[in-house]
Amino acid sequence: MSAPTELLNVQIDGVWYQFKKGTRVIEACAQAGKFVPHYCYHPKLSSPGNCRMCLIEMGMPKTGPDRKPELGADGKPVINWIPRPQISCAQDIAEGMGIRTDSQLVQECRHGVMEFLLINHPLDCPICDQAGECHLQEYSVEYGTADSRFLEEKVKKPKRIELGPRVTLDDERCILCSRCIRFMKEVAHDDVLGFASRGSHTYLTAHPGKRLDSNYSLNTVDICPVGALTSTDFRFKMRVWFLKETKSICTSCATGCNTIIGTRENVIYRQTPRENDAVNSAWMCDYGRLNIHYVNSADRLKFPQIRENQALANVSWKSALAKAGEELKQFQKNAVAVVASAKMTNEELWLTKKLIDTLGTGYHDIVPRAGEADQLLMSADRNPNTLGAQLFGVTTEHPGSKLQEITERIVSGEIKAVVALGEDLTQIGLVERDLKKLSALIVAGILPNETTRSASVLLPACAFPEKRGTMINIKGRLQRLNRASQAPGEARDDWEIIRDLLQQLTGSNGIYLIEDVFKQIAEAIPEMKGLSISKIGDQGVQLVEETEEARPAAMTV
Amino acid sequence: MEIPAELEARIDEEITHYPVSKRSATLPLLHLIQEHFGYIQDDAIGWIARKLCLEPINVLELVTFYPMFRREPAGKHHIRVCRTLSCAMVGSYELLDTFCKHAKIDRHHNGHGTHILKSEDGKYSIEFVECLASCGFGPVCMINDDFYEAVAQDEVPQLLEKYQ
Amino acid sequence: MVSTIRTPHPREKRIIFKNIDRPGWTIDIGCYLADGGYDELKKAFTMKPEQIVNEVKASGVRGRGGAGFPCGVKWGFIRPGGTKPVYLICNADESEPGTFKDRYIIHQDPHQLLEGMIISCYAVNARLAYIYIRGEFPEGAKILERALAEAKEHGFLGKNILGSGFDLEIYVFRGAGAYICGEETGLIESMEGKRPYPRIKPPYFPAALGLYLCPTIVNNVETLCNVKHIVRIGGAEYAKMGKPNNTGTRLLCVSGDVQKPGYYEFEVGEITIGELINDICGGMKPGRTLKAVIPGGSSAKVMSATDRYKIKTRQPDGTTVETEMGLEDIPIDFDTLAAAGSMAGSGGVIVMDDTRDMVWALNNINEFYAHESCGQCTPCREGSLWMKKITERMLHGGGVEQDTDTLKSVADNIAGRTICAFGEACAWPTQSFVAKFRDEFVATARKKGDGNGSTNS
Repeated sequence: MSAPTELLNVQIDGVWYQFKKGTRVIEACAQAGKFVPHYCYHPKLSSPGNCRMCLIEMGMPKTGPDRKPELGADGKPVINWIPRPQISCAQDIAEGMGIRTDSQLVQECRHGVMEFLLINHPLDCPICDQAGECHLQEYSVEYGTADSRFLEEKVKKPKRIELGPRVTLDDERCILCSRCIRFMKEVAHDDVLGFASRGSHTYLTAHPGKRLDSNYSLNTVDICPVGALTSTDFRFKMRVWFLKETKSICTSCATGCNTIIGTRENVIYRQTPRENDAVNSAWMCDYGRLNIHYVNSADRLKFPQIRENQALANVSWKSALAKAGEELKQFQKNAVAVVASAKMTNEELWLTKKLIDTLGTGYHDIVPRAGEADQLLMSADRNPNTLGAQLFGVTTEHPGSKLQEITERIVSGEIKAVVALGEDLTQIGLVERDLKKLSALIVAGILPNETTRSASVLLPACAFPEKRGTMINIKGRLQRLNRASQAPGEARDDWEIIRDLLQQLTGSNGIYLIEDVFKQIAEAIPEMKGLSISKIGDQGVQLVEETEEARPAAMTV
Repeated sequence: MEIPAELEARIDEEITHYPVSKRSATLPLLHLIQEHFGYIQDDAIGWIARKLCLEPINVLELVTFYPMFRREPAGKHHIRVCRTLSCAMVGSYELLDTFCKHAKIDRHHNGHGTHILKSEDGKYSIEFVECLASCGFGPVCMINDDFYEAVAQDEVPQLLEKYQ
Repeated sequence: MVSTIRTPHPREKRIIFKNIDRPGWTIDIGCYLADGGYDELKKAFTMKPEQIVNEVKASGVRGRGGAGFPCGVKWGFIRPGGTKPVYLICNADESEPGTFKDRYIIHQDPHQLLEGMIISCYAVNARLAYIYIRGEFPEGAKILERALAEAKEHGFLGKNILGSGFDLEIYVFRGAGAYICGEETGLIESMEGKRPYPRIKPPYFPAALGLYLCPTIVNNVETLCNVKHIVRIGGAEYAKMGKPNNTGTRLLCVSGDVQKPGYYEFEVGEITIGELINDICGGMKPGRTLKAVIPGGSSAKVMSATDRYKIKTRQPDGTTVETEMGLEDIPIDFDTLAAAGSMAGSGGVIVMDDTRDMVWALNNINEFYAHESCGQCTPCREGSLWMKKITERMLHGGGVEQDTDTLKSVADNIAGRTICAFGEACAWPTQSFVAKFRDEFVATARKKGDGNGSTNS
């Protein structure tokens, strides 16, 4: 049985509170509803205390000759206020400590620091990507003064530096908080950034022989409080105040880093990490972060199509689904194969298994994607929902092991019909000639490829930002995707497509909403009992105890 | 960049002075390299980093912080004149001008970025430095590692004579 | 060239500087030994380390680098019996403008420093120590290395020193032109091979988390030399010199507008500013009058010759007496100068006469601090350069009415808000020059033109 955490008494702005021992002063203030502005402090990094923005008044209990605190009329310790303001980011609370977050002195300190930060800061707001989410802008309004009395020449530093393949640096905007340096050293374990020169001429740089090309480089852009470090990909693309922000998860590997998808009018502009201490702390990798632009591609499949006279032609959904059903009914059991995807959501995979069972085939699997795991967040499994696919029986303990048999039987002609859900069959060893052999090739997809071009029925589906649903990450955590944008043209949700295919084969199945699908799942899977998509919440739910086997490739930072 | 065996031996010996952390030897190694080559070349930064198991940026951070380290060769003889208050009060600024005149260093057209001014023939270079800790006997200057106090304006030509 | 032989003034009490300019004195260990050198080291090894610490505490000696922190108290912060090794570093980075004393100890009497240092290491149980010497003393570094080799040959360093069972290695570490390396935590960062950014306190108090995050003592050259003499005569005897709380002797370095600038050693508080300037240093230059004195290195607040100073002094019987006096009557000791609104600092006394332009002087000082700011924290990094730009612009005839008040306001926004005392060091000159010589600043701000009065360009 663990001992209860010790609570300490702290006075903030005249009110006594209790906080857990070991709480940083600035966090205690936040918990008490008193936000202390800061730049260099970040809860996930070491605290250098260099920006001086978090200066507050601090005091300790006045002690009597017996070394015990003197008590005042209210029975609480009398506070001896330290005349010099103290930073709140680098010290933990102590018993009887007093804090003033909004006294005249504190306001003067903040005015002073804001003025100092702005005197050499370039007037870049009109072209700076940070505008709208810039701490310099925000704190200027809240804590700064309106007038400038700086009459001198500003210090000039390099601008538009390609610090690495994905990060652009503007040294004039940099306030030398060192968050990026500390992140690269302490979290990414790639000590490439540093300060050169001295005094007011200090500037951020990398050594010319070694660029900022880590797979975690873009996290420095997130944590940069100003527009010094910007994402080259996002540069000048969109003003952040136009972006709709949707909480979701990354689908580029099995880690499932929590994200925020930024869209405007159904165009996805950027993806940024969302804090989840059980999965990704406050970070995500560059690969997953930038793996979004294909969603906006002009080549997105928009219309259901049927092959008529050797060519694919647009038809209505009703016709397409009817044709698909007709084709599938012609083939029995093992003459049909279902090649599904571990990029699909649980809801889609659940329905896929139903389809597989209805078709009565033993030939089904997902297409594995493997890469190398890194020391931080990226899993070796590049599919986001292998565990879901396994849980519902779409694949086995050895994902992809059935594929060879499937391809052989397609080539031999024993398999005559294939339902390809979100995968390109040429990636599993088949060529166009093999696909043309098939009597029926029902394809759900989002971008054209050899398989979609060879389809007999083509059903345009959704990309991950267009889906609402759930996935299970490599550590057995159930997490939720939310819909950030609408699919283009007449493309539909994959789960609806599969439900409709099922309906073609079995008639109505009473599934009208995605919540109905989840309900079925929750009833069947003991670990998910009692849950619903809403109940999963923004931080997800751990389904199984995290075992060593469950963390083969990704480690939480 | 060739590190002669003798220099490397000196470097290895210096590193033994910091048994707790090799990184402490960065500054001493920079001194040794500059003493030998006259300045810190690009290669030297990488060399020192590898020698001490550091990242090149760790060495670059120091080279650019400390004004005594040069990224470019100085003149054959390098002059440092103190500019801080006590020496300025007894004419150190005028002294620098006099040095520039006699050493044929152009005070105004000397390129960007460096605070070291060089004569065209490369024989002399000069820079202002901060207090050299002999304030009662100013103006003071150093030529190479030699220290001179109470340097009178008219002494400059014969001083320079000693450094050819 | 100035003659290198400077005879001490009769009023001086040369203990630390006994061998400086001493006829016939050479820096080799043979000369030092023949003069009784290293006898105190031998005596120290007959004492327990705690005894030496107690003697230093009893002596009341205060740090001679600039902060004036009681050395015994500092040593007392090292808890005996800790598991981490203790380090001792001699701060030989003498860079405070106006200060020139450690230079002479290093170049002319290195063994005095070594002896004091070895005794100190023994007292705090430091087995590995360093001398951080500024890069601009290349000859000094060589001298110290030779002296260390000599000391080792004679068994005063290395393993089992003088059979005491105490091992000690001392190495010389050269700086490279950064004033901030004189700040003890900046020095420690520099020694760790990082950019010399001073550390935040709490938690990085050197006595707890110093070099390599182990307990570390950083002491000035002069302070360590004093340790040898404290061992020689005992702490109580030492405390009889000077005044209560301001004990021992002090090296004063006088520069500027006096006839005989130079270095002088007195009992602390023995001599007033006026006596120093007029009796010791030959007074002002012909036809000139005293205008201002910076008593403790350029970081100390400037004192005006025309001000009247109300000094509160604690009497031996515990009562406080307030005396009013002029600048020249102020005795030079830590407490009195602090009470007068400045500080004894590093002992660097800069004298300015009525020909000096105070705006020009402040601009020179501002440029020093702007160069030397490490750049770590916002107020000092931005403010130090800003103040320099203002005074420079004023000197070039571009001043505006608000400049005087802006200067004060900027300085007020730096002092007390920074990571280290450099904030005060760069702000106090501006605060004090503007406060004491406001009229000059206002007048200069109003002068328009194409650059006059400035010898800076």
